Amino acid sequence: MDKENLVALYRQMVLIRVFEDRAAEMYAKAKIAGFLHLYNGQEAVAVGAVSALHPDDDVVVNYRDHGWALARGSSARAVMAELFGRATGTTGGRGGSMHLVDVRNRFWGGYAIVGGHLPLAAGLAAAAQYLKTGRVTLCSMGDGSTNIGTFHAAMNWAKLWNLPIIFMVENNQYAMGTHYDVHSAVPMIQKAAGYNMYAEQVDGMDVMAVREAVCRAAERARRGEGPSFLDVVTYRYRGHSMADPDVQRDKAEIARWKERDPITRFATEVLLKRNLVTPKDLDDIQKSVEQEVEDAIEFADKSPEPALDTLYDYIYQQPVRNMQIAGSLIRPPTIAKSVPANGKHA
Amino acid sequence: MAEITYREALKRALREEMQRDPTVVIWGEDVVAYAGGGAYGVTSGLAKEFPGRVRDTPIAEEAIIGVGIGAAMGGMRPVCEIMTVNFTLVAWDQIVNHAAKQSHMFNGQIKVPMVIRTPNGHGRTAATHSQNFDAWFAHVPGLKVVAPSTPYDAKGLLKTSIRDDDPVVFLEHLQLYGTRGEVPDEEYLIPIGVSDYKRRGKDVTLVTWGRMTMESLKAARVLAEEGVDVEIVDLRTLRPLDLSLALESVHKTNRVIVVEEGWRTAGLGAEIAASLQEMAFNDLDAPIARVAGLEVPMPYAKNLERATLPFAEDVVAAVHAMLQKQY
Repeated sequence: MDKENLVALYRQMVLIRVFEDRAAEMYAKAKIAGFLHLYNGQEAVAVGAVSALHPDDDVVVNYRDHGWALARGSSARAVMAELFGRATGTTGGRGGSMHLVDVRNRFWGGYAIVGGHLPLAAGLAAAAQYLKTGRVTLCSMGDGSTNIGTFHAAMNWAKLWNLPIIFMVENNQYAMGTHYDVHSAVPMIQKAAGYNMYAEQVDGMDVMAVREAVCRAAERARRGEGPSFLDVVTYRYRGHSMADPDVQRDKAEIARWKERDPITRFATEVLLKRNLVTPKDLDDIQKSVEQEVEDAIEFADKSPEPALDTLYDYIYQQPVRNMQIAGSLIRPPTIAKSVPANGKHA
Repeated sequence: MAEITYREALKRALREEMQRDPTVVIWGEDVVAYAGGGAYGVTSGLAKEFPGRVRDTPIAEEAIIGVGIGAAMGGMRPVCEIMTVNFTLVAWDQIVNHAAKQSHMFNGQIKVPMVIRTPNGHGRTAATHSQNFDAWFAHVPGLKVVAPSTPYDAKGLLKTSIRDDDPVVFLEHLQLYGTRGEVPDEEYLIPIGVSDYKRRGKDVTLVTWGRMTMESLKAARVLAEEGVDVEIVDLRTLRPLDLSLALESVHKTNRVIVVEEGWRTAGLGAEIAASLQEMAFNDLDAPIARVAGLEVPMPYAKNLERATLPFAEDVVAAVHAMLQKQY
């Protein structure tokens, strides 16, 4: 990777960190409601993984999705506006924090039912295989999702059909508040062995390690060698969501992981060490990111709420006759699409 | 125009749509080779006709539906077969939290053009294998729900469902697979969301769908001999619910009985009755009545199973009761 791209990775990670810190602030100010799952500590995973993919590969992730949307190219403005529940958000205020999406970037969304998106990801990969598009699907999930039935059903299916998919566990070692040792019977990497699936354990606090592992898995998929399983070991600095007082984790454990902070490490061990940047350059990046996020907050705050008359839009892509009849009050959607659903398939 | 079975009508719809659109595939348990293709024979022979497009899957309904959703997002039109409606419960999260949510929650950016084919029904298979969840599916915004009663409707509606850009739950019925009816050789489509008169009459309106349309027609023949002339409205689509013909019929007959196979409490009949009285209270000469399944987990024993399910005689009895009561 050249200097410009390496610095871009750094900037993305800083953007996610600053974005999440400011989102937490906005949550405290009640600008954001509901559940807010922050990505602090895990920045290297999304940034490293996305950097290894082609622009038209498919990405499907869970509800801890702000970092993924930003890494995949959604603007900080659109993501923040979505958290604020505004018309200018990634889904116009429909989905909120847990359901970001940007199909133009083939970012198919954050999914908030644990394990629920795994079969969908396998389906996207099955479509890529059937339609011979050459696309690879990256499916990210938490360690907590590797015990539910859909995990095993999707792993089995992907191996059986030799699908071009990467199952990537963002193993932050906690299923909400329950530690891995309490929620899982076997070591993570062993779960792939049950399906005879190619697997690697990856340092999730090292953006280049994540990038390289995803590159290898994607190349395998493109060569027709089927699915891969990546156990990306990482850590989240904050609680499960803003609703989590985070009393069950050992403070010393959190401090130990912060010593391996992916952003600091990448700055010192790569960028500064190889004289690609000066400390002043890093300061400038920090400032520019802070400005970008401040702008996103202002944009979100000034954005209108979604219009009430859009409430029924898109319940169906294709309205049918007689929808207003009976007590159901279903209305045909307004047909006003700037982006065709599911993008272009060719 | 040839007389063919409901099963054959479905197969013809699948074949025609697969010939028309290469992105249509069939995925499900035992749809390829078992018993010639499909536990109930609907897909028999199609795997040979369309190599690579009809595939057996693991017995993992949550994945059959979930993989279907993902494939639909990725540009295909999968027809996913769930062997019986009972097994859709394993995939309920995928159907309700995923298939039904994608379009609206993601503000139109994602569409899910898939069909979930699955039969209701019974056949001495006891409580876990003899259920009817029409009302459950019909409750969910984002799903389209179709339940054809005749071979003609089955073919025309399945073709439309496959071409539709939304997830369609296509409810077949085990007891209808062998029934016969006229189906034209030439192509036709039946729109989703349009109900149909299956019999014209003037005395009492029966609002029904699926297997109970057939039972209602049998009841109508018995009643006709007594001089009672019932009108039968077959809803065909359960969501969005088209009550326009039911309403039109009530204006004429002033009496309505909703005939459904599923459990009565919180059933679709309750919704239909409530909606009709909201719209046509002044036209009604009697309270709207319901014929429904008894609210017990289905027993295995022959006599108990029969007692649990509604049949033509229950419809006849309900019509008698309605006409004999004075209000």
